[in-house]
Amino acid sequence: MSTPWYDKLLNIDRRWIYLLMAVAVIIPAIWPFTVPVGISGEVRAVYNFVEDLEPGEVIVLAIDYDPSTLAELHPMAEGLLNQAFEKDARIIVVSLSQFGPAMADEIITRVATSQGKEHGRDYTFLGYKPYPAITILAMGTDFRVPFPTDYYGTPVDEIPMMQDLHNFSDVECVIALAGGSAADMWIQYGNAKYGVPVALGVTGVMASDYYPYLQSRQIFGLLPGVKGAAEYENLLGNIGEASRGMPYQVTSHLLIIIVMIIANIGYIARRRAIGTVR
Amino acid sequence: MEPTWSTLAWQGIAVFLTLAVFSFLYKDNPFYKFAERLWVGVATGYWTMLLYHQGFSDKVLMPIFQQHKWYYLIPVALGFIMWFRLSPKLGWLSRYALGFYVGISTGIFIPLAFKTAVFLQVEGTIRPVSGLAEGINFTLALLGVIFALTYFFFSKPHKGVLGVMSKAGIYTLMVGFGAGFGLTVMGRVALLVQRVIFMRDWFVDLFGKAF
Repeated sequence: MSTPWYDKLLNIDRRWIYLLMAVAVIIPAIWPFTVPVGISGEVRAVYNFVEDLEPGEVIVLAIDYDPSTLAELHPMAEGLLNQAFEKDARIIVVSLSQFGPAMADEIITRVATSQGKEHGRDYTFLGYKPYPAITILAMGTDFRVPFPTDYYGTPVDEIPMMQDLHNFSDVECVIALAGGSAADMWIQYGNAKYGVPVALGVTGVMASDYYPYLQSRQIFGLLPGVKGAAEYENLLGNIGEASRGMPYQVTSHLLIIIVMIIANIGYIARRRAIGTVR
Repeated sequence: MEPTWSTLAWQGIAVFLTLAVFSFLYKDNPFYKFAERLWVGVATGYWTMLLYHQGFSDKVLMPIFQQHKWYYLIPVALGFIMWFRLSPKLGWLSRYALGFYVGISTGIFIPLAFKTAVFLQVEGTIRPVSGLAEGINFTLALLGVIFALTYFFFSKPHKGVLGVMSKAGIYTLMVGFGAGFGLTVMGRVALLVQRVIFMRDWFVDLFGKAF
């Protein structure tokens, strides 16, 4: 007896889907098009906060992700650094993900150089320390406890911009771009224990877990995945990596939706056929 | 700025490794194995040196040997006896360090976890609203929470009003899972797209430089 069509459909070799996905992401690479991006309230909240910073005010930017989530979070870091530097805010950068520091160093140096900002005066990069929870708790006491020196080995006491900065009460907010559990640590230890306002930029996979914290106002803003990054770029009026990636998102999501519809047709047909036999 | 041949060569290695990893989608092969093991080796080496320079150096060597803060020897000793877990005879020593660590972590973590994940979440679900849009949003969220919790209430059969609420709870959970799935697809596609754009830019730069 030949295999029914719905069984063939449900047992299709998954490599065909990979191939179709490859085609779907190659289409916008060959025939580029633009996608309008609507701005959500949670992204605008982060933008407005940074926009309202006075010259000299200080924010902490936590680059708590590694290269595996670079695609989603790096555009956020670039946008935030550019905007904060344009407002003449001072930035303390930390990186609480083990594979993040070199990547963080590259982007800070590149953006700061392009904006004419000086290390030690306009920004400082404190680097990496293991165990985010303990590091954040210690930062609440004094930045010098977990970070006696910055990433480059300079004692923090010798960094000009750190002279009057001791802990979270000296900064306006923490914006944590996190690809893992560090986001929870910033909420639990940064916000709940020390009361510092926290905003998050997270990967798409994590985003739905953090909307409840937005509703309970434990975070004041949220950049959800590459869509959040694209929205931020739009607010800044700068078409960057995230915005360039949105057409690819459209074609690949269309493919996923089509594949899901086809799979469900096969599933429903099979269920009906089995029901008829019974 | 036009890339140099050196930059293109380094980027070419990244392109090769990207394609080697993607080749696993067809089937396991030596190129994939090479890329995987190279990554594990590089990551281990990088992290070891990072921990030494960013952790051991300025949290152990510098305070003890340069600043003569001798009390740092206490956490160092606790850290050292952790290694006794590898010894069948002296493994019990590591429990002191572990007990100290677990005790401190639990004491700090539990009150804050309750505050952020329970108390403030309940407060955030039932809060005064201002404006119609916010009111509708909060009412939907509140009803969704009640219905979803009802679905997990097993002390009474899910019939009548409880059955309807439980059914609504399933739909609420489905909406949540759907949002999570959609965002997951977006995240995974973003990773692929970033690699595709990187490879496309490299090919364009390479051909631009060569011809």
